Amino acid sequence: MSKMIVSGERSEEQSNQLVKGIYQPINRSAFLKYAGAAFATSALLMAGCKKDEDTPGVDLGSGDIGILNYAYALEQLEAAFYKQVIASPFVGMTAAEATLLTEIRDHEAIHRDFFKVALGSSAIQDLEVNFSSIDFTKRESVLKTAQALEDTGVKAYNGAGKLLVKVDYLLIAGKIVSVEARHAAAIRDLLQPNSAYFAGDDAVEPTKGLDAALTPAEILVIAGPFIKTKINASNLPK
Amino acid sequence: MNIFKIIQDIEQVDPEVYERLNSRRSAFNFLGKAAIAAAPLALGSIFQKAYGKTNDAVTDVLNFALTLEYLESEFYTMGLASTMNFGNQRAAFMQISKHETAHVALLKGALGANAVSKPTFDFTAKGNFLDVFTNLATFTTLAQAFEDTGVRAYKGQAGNLMTNKDVLTIALQIHSVEARHASFVRRYRGQKGWISGKDGGNIPAAAQAIYNGEENTTQGGATKAMYAAIYPDALVSEAFDEPLAKEDVLTIAKLFIV
Repeated sequence: MSKMIVSGERSEEQSNQLVKGIYQPINRSAFLKYAGAAFATSALLMAGCKKDEDTPGVDLGSGDIGILNYAYALEQLEAAFYKQVIASPFVGMTAAEATLLTEIRDHEAIHRDFFKVALGSSAIQDLEVNFSSIDFTKRESVLKTAQALEDTGVKAYNGAGKLLVKVDYLLIAGKIVSVEARHAAAIRDLLQPNSAYFAGDDAVEPTKGLDAALTPAEILVIAGPFIKTKINASNLPK
Repeated sequence: MNIFKIIQDIEQVDPEVYERLNSRRSAFNFLGKAAIAAAPLALGSIFQKAYGKTNDAVTDVLNFALTLEYLESEFYTMGLASTMNFGNQRAAFMQISKHETAHVALLKGALGANAVSKPTFDFTAKGNFLDVFTNLATFTTLAQAFEDTGVRAYKGQAGNLMTNKDVLTIALQIHSVEARHASFVRRYRGQKGWISGKDGGNIPAAAQAIYNGEENTTQGGATKAMYAAIYPDALVSEAFDEPLAKEDVLTIAKLFIV
């Protein structure tokens, strides 16, 4: 067994579990139960709360594991969103749009499955999502949500880099964030073609030419409305 | 080991290399370049001393980044000032140009007196791309090459910036902007916004080094079979961008440096 990303001292039993995990579908349709719900509360416990083992919700954990679980949570959200986008295409979706969105769907599913395997027994559970605010039949609703998720992913990875201790994990985050940025630019270009919007001033600070970098607490406020499962991010590094 | 070559390489990005060596080691004041070349064993420690006080590892990375940003900034400035007709894409390329120029200013500001000076660029690469500023297809081919290289270059240096969290974050914030640019330019050229396998997408053979290694699908020790068995290799490689070592990036950049 080659060295795994998260644990250098993984037992054989854990490795078996890890490999087995590949073949288990990862919350492929849990969100369907909630799509269409009039309202679903989202109670995220933000980083910054005092450390408390009894804090309810799915504990992302601490240290590098916590940050990887945080990334895993975001990838679960993105993967679930695009799965629904392709399962119920918006009215008027062109063949080119379908191809592009299907590729993004697969990239996000690959990211999600990678984190699940890499985290092994440290991985958080499958999250339930809440897409009740999205009208999947409408192009603008879908693409604007896609843009928000991709831009948020970029800001999240950019902000999480400095919280990682192990250089291998930083590299993995770097390998993924630039793909999220490529997605963000492509989605933005679908929304406003023939313009500067792919890297618009609303996303890239124009005088410095920088994307944003946000803390997990800030990101979870943004992503919170889409995640039904309670998440406890209070043990993440700050 | 070609000492002359190494020093010349450093001179490309640090024109003051001889001066640094001289001021730190008085012996070189009168022995000159030949003496430096003749002293390979001492070289490592000399560089360490020459750069140790004013140029730590973080500074080296920033100067490396600055060199690439100089290249991109001048490239877009010249392209937009040319007679090429960008049509309805002019705003998009102006946005990219604005960012690259901002990156130069940001890095120069951060480096202060330690900033390397701008090299002299030859975007024809010694006559290989004579129509770079008259043919939009050539211009955008090089634009894609520079952007995809930039993404790989920053990614490859992130680990060297872990000692300085503020600088690391800024580098990441630039890195994702380069990726946005790359995605746009690639799609403008009729390519996917992301890189499939090591396919550069209708690029000159000489530019293949920019994409070699992008086909990797083993991540953090996890093979594709472990996390993405059901997907084609090319699709899995698209989901992860790969880093490029500094020396490989400089080899590419130097094609365009006089």
